Amino acid sequence: MTDTGIGASVKRREDFRFLTGRGTYTDDINRPGQLHAWIVRSPHAHAKIVKLDTAAAKSAPGVVAVFVGADMAADQVGGLPCGWLIHSRDGTPMVEPPHPPLVTDRVRHVGDQVALIVAETRQQARDAAELLDIVYEELPAVVSMTDAIAPGATQIWEQAARNTCYDWEFGDRAGVEKAFREAHHIAKLDLVNNRLVPNAMEPRAAIGDFDRATGEYTLYTTSQNPHVIRLLMGAFVLHIPESRLRVVAPDVGGGFGSKIYHYAEEAIVTWAAGKLAKPIKWTAERSESFMSDAHGRDHVTTVELALDKDGKFLALREHTLANMGAYLSTFSTCIPTILHATLLAGVYTTPVIYAEVRAVFTNTVPVDAYRGAGRPEATYLLERIVDVAADETGIDPAEIRRRNFIPTNAFPYQTPVALKYDSGDYFTTLDMSLKAADYAGFEKRRAEAARRGKYRGIGIATYIEACGIAPSQVVGALGGRAGLYESAEVRVHPTGSVTVFTGAHSHGQGHETTFAQLVSEMLQIPMDSIEIVHGDTNKVAFGMGTYGSRSLAVGGMAIMKAVEKVVNKGKKIAAHLLEASEADIEYKDGKFQVAGTDKSKAFGEIALTAYVPHNYPMETLEPGLDETAFYDPKNFTFPSGAHICEVEIDPDTGVTRIVNFVASDDFGRIINPMIVEGQVHGGLGQGIGQALLEGCVYDPKSGQILTGSYMDYCMPRADDLPSFNVATHNVPSTDNALGVKGCGEAGAIGAPAAVMNAVVDALSALGVKHVEMPATPQRVWQIIHDKRTAKAA
Amino acid sequence: MASTVTMTVNGKSVTGAVEARTLLVHFLRETLGLTGTHVGCDTSQCGACVVHVDGKSVKSCTILAVQCAGADVMTIEGLAKDGTLHPMQEAFRDNHGLQCGFCTPGMVMSAVDLAKHNPAPSEQEVREWLEGNLCRCTGYHNIVKSVIAGAKAMQG
Repeated sequence: MTDTGIGASVKRREDFRFLTGRGTYTDDINRPGQLHAWIVRSPHAHAKIVKLDTAAAKSAPGVVAVFVGADMAADQVGGLPCGWLIHSRDGTPMVEPPHPPLVTDRVRHVGDQVALIVAETRQQARDAAELLDIVYEELPAVVSMTDAIAPGATQIWEQAARNTCYDWEFGDRAGVEKAFREAHHIAKLDLVNNRLVPNAMEPRAAIGDFDRATGEYTLYTTSQNPHVIRLLMGAFVLHIPESRLRVVAPDVGGGFGSKIYHYAEEAIVTWAAGKLAKPIKWTAERSESFMSDAHGRDHVTTVELALDKDGKFLALREHTLANMGAYLSTFSTCIPTILHATLLAGVYTTPVIYAEVRAVFTNTVPVDAYRGAGRPEATYLLERIVDVAADETGIDPAEIRRRNFIPTNAFPYQTPVALKYDSGDYFTTLDMSLKAADYAGFEKRRAEAARRGKYRGIGIATYIEACGIAPSQVVGALGGRAGLYESAEVRVHPTGSVTVFTGAHSHGQGHETTFAQLVSEMLQIPMDSIEIVHGDTNKVAFGMGTYGSRSLAVGGMAIMKAVEKVVNKGKKIAAHLLEASEADIEYKDGKFQVAGTDKSKAFGEIALTAYVPHNYPMETLEPGLDETAFYDPKNFTFPSGAHICEVEIDPDTGVTRIVNFVASDDFGRIINPMIVEGQVHGGLGQGIGQALLEGCVYDPKSGQILTGSYMDYCMPRADDLPSFNVATHNVPSTDNALGVKGCGEAGAIGAPAAVMNAVVDALSALGVKHVEMPATPQRVWQIIHDKRTAKAA
Repeated sequence: MASTVTMTVNGKSVTGAVEARTLLVHFLRETLGLTGTHVGCDTSQCGACVVHVDGKSVKSCTILAVQCAGADVMTIEGLAKDGTLHPMQEAFRDNHGLQCGFCTPGMVMSAVDLAKHNPAPSEQEVREWLEGNLCRCTGYHNIVKSVIAGAKAMQG
C-alpha cells in the first residue's frame, strides 16, 4: 500500500472547492439569456381541473410564456416511464397509469404539476403564477392505504381497481404454512414503516438549454445518474435522440435515492427551452421538494415468525401494503418487492419464507427508493420480530440471533429467497458490537438509570443488504427494464497523465478521491496525475449511475477492467520496445519489465510511445492508449453487520436520548476508511432520524401534507444525534475481483431497528411490546402515561 | 421598486440594484455571482446560507439586502486567504467534515463565529451551536470533530 493507495484514508480532493464556495451545483449555473421557470402546482390532493385560463398570467410583467399540459400533449410529449415491471400473483402486469409532466385534466396529489410560467426573473414568474385562473372541482382524497383498498373507495385511476397497482407474492407459501402448523412458538407483530422525505440539502434544480444552430438540447440537472435521465427523457418523454441530448449532473448536493428518478421538471424545462430557444432554469423551493421529490418507505406490515422449542427460526411470512403515491416513480415498483422480499432471510438460516406485497395508489407524492430502498423495511420487520420472539421465548436477544446465524463456514449460502450470499461473518461483527457496547454490563446501567427515574434500554439489530445492483440478466428476468452494469474509460494521455471517465456519479461519496486511489494503486502512478470525470453524458460514454451502494462494486470494477486493458496493451508495446515476448512482460512499480531482468520501460514511456509510434508494432497494434470497459456484476454484494443502540428515556418529557450507538460492519475490502466511516455516520443519522424524529404526515381527509417544511418535518440536528462508535470486520466479497461490498446504506438499514429495539426494551418494564416510528417525545410520553394509568387503575 | 445598495463584501465595496424584497442571499448569489452561499430551504431553518455581517454569523435568507447597506459582509469565498484555507476550512478537510458540500459553507461560517465566542467549545456546545445548520450527509459526527479541531487551530 502506498500512502494514497487502497486502504489509505486519503483526504478528499473535492473538498477544496466545496470548502471555498467553488462547488458548481445546478443552481449555480447561469446560461446566457437564461429565463426562469415557476411550476404552478396543485393545492389539492385530488381534483378535476374545470377551468385553466392563462391570459392574465401571460400578460404579467416579464412573462415570456405560459404552458399547460395541453401544450405538451399537442407536441406528443410522452409520460414519465416506470423502470420495473412487476406482475401480480395472478400473472397480470401491474397497473401503469400515465404520468404526463404537466397534467391535463386532473390533479392527483398536492404538488402535482399544473402549469409552467417562464419569465425574465424568477420573482416575475412566481408573481404571475398568482394570476393563473384555475378552477378545481375537488374530489374525495384517498390518503391511507387501508382506505384506498376498501371496497367502494374513490378510484384514483380507473384502471386500478381498489387502487391496487399489483398484488405480488413471493416464496414458498405452502412450505411456510406447514412450518407454522408445526411450530413450537409463533411471534406476530403489526408495524408501520413510516413515510420519509429524503431531504437532500440541495433542492432539485434543472436548466433546459437548446442550441438553435445545432438542434442540440442540454439539461443540467440534480441527478445521481445523468445517462439514465438522458435515456428515459430522450426515448420516452421528449423523443430526442441521445446524439442530440446532453445531460449534465454537476456537483450534486446529496441524493439518498431521491435524485435517481426522472422528474417532470426536467422534461418540462428541456421541452420549453426548445419551444422558446432559450435556456430556462427551475430551482425547487424546499416546500416544493416536500411535495414533489419522491418520498421513501411507507409500508404497513404484518410479520410472523415460527420457531422451534430451541428458538430456531422455522419460517417467516409477511403481508405488506406498500404506498406508491399517485403515480409510479422510476423504480418505485421494485422497492417493496425485488429489493425487499429477497432480503427477508437476513443473516439467518430461516428455511422457508413467504411474502405478500400489495402496492397501493394514494393521493400522495410518489414513493420510491430512499437510502436502503426496501432493505431497511426488510431489516426493520425482521429485527423487530426477532426481538419479539426473544422476549416471548425468554431467550436473550443476542443469543437468539446467534442460534440462527448462517454459519461462517456455510458460504456461498443459498437463501430461500433467491439470493446467494458470497461471504460473511455475522458472529464476529455481533461480538464486536456486544463488546464495544458493554452489553454484559447493561443491566447495571439500567438499574442505575432507574434510580434516577429514567428508563434505559438496549437494542440489537443485525442486517444484511444486497448492494451493487446488479447482474443485468437477473434484473431483466425479474422485470427490470434496464441493464445494471457500469462503464468506465481510462484514457492515458501522451505524457502519462490519466483521465478516468466513470458512469458512476458522486453526490457526496468522494469518488474523485476513491477512484483515483484505486487507479493509483493499480498503475502505481501518483494520484496527482489521475483525474476522475463523471456527470456529463458528453464526456462519459455511458453509465447507469450511483444508487444502491453500487459505485465501487460495479463502477469501480469497470474502472479496474479498463485499467487492466490499458496494462495489457502497454505490455504489447513494451514487448516490442524491449524486444521480448509479451508473456514475459510484467507490470510492477509503474514499470513494464521483462521478468527476471532489469530491462524495463516506465509507464510514461509506454504512453508516449502509444501516441508517438515511431517504433511500434503497427501491423498488430493500433496507436493510442485509451480503453473502455463495461462491467456487469456476477452477483449482488452482501454487506452485513450488527448495530447496538442504548437509549435513556425521560418519562416526564418522553424524550429518548441515545447514550451509545455502536456499529460493526462488514463492507468487504475498503479503499478509503475515512470515507467509509463518513458514509456509515450519515446512514446512522438518517436511520436514527427515521426511528426517533422523522415522519411525513398527511391530513387523512384532505390529503394536505402537514409536514411540508423544516418547521414541521423533524430533520435530525446536531444535538439530536450522538457521536458514533463504528468499526469494521471486513470479509472480502468473492464475487468481484476487488473484494468490495459497499457501505452507503448500511447505517440507514441497521439503525432504525436497533433504536426501536432499545426503545421497546427501555419500556418493557411497563409491558410495552412495540412502539411505532418515529418514537417522538409525544408518542413515547403518551405510551408511558397510558401504561402507568392502566396500572394504577 | 428598485434601489441601489452599497456594502463591503469580502473586503471589496460593491454596489448593485435590488428590489425592496431582495434577500441578502439572492443579492450575493445573483447580483454578485457569489454562489458559494447556498439556499437549502425557505423557512430559515437549514443554515446553508450563513455569512458574516459585521463579524456575526447571519442567515442571509433572513435579512434583506437593503438592511446590509454599509455593512461589512463576508461569505465563504472570502475566508481563505491567498489560496490558503482558513484553519476552520482545513479542519473540515482533515476531519472529513463534509460530503456533498452543500451545507458546508454555512457550517464553516457558523463554526468560525462559534470559535470567536468560544475558543474551546465542548462537543455539546458545538452540537447546540449548530442547531441552525442542517446536514443530511454526515450525521454531524465529523462536523463536530471538525469544529472542535478548527476552533483549536484558530487559537494557534
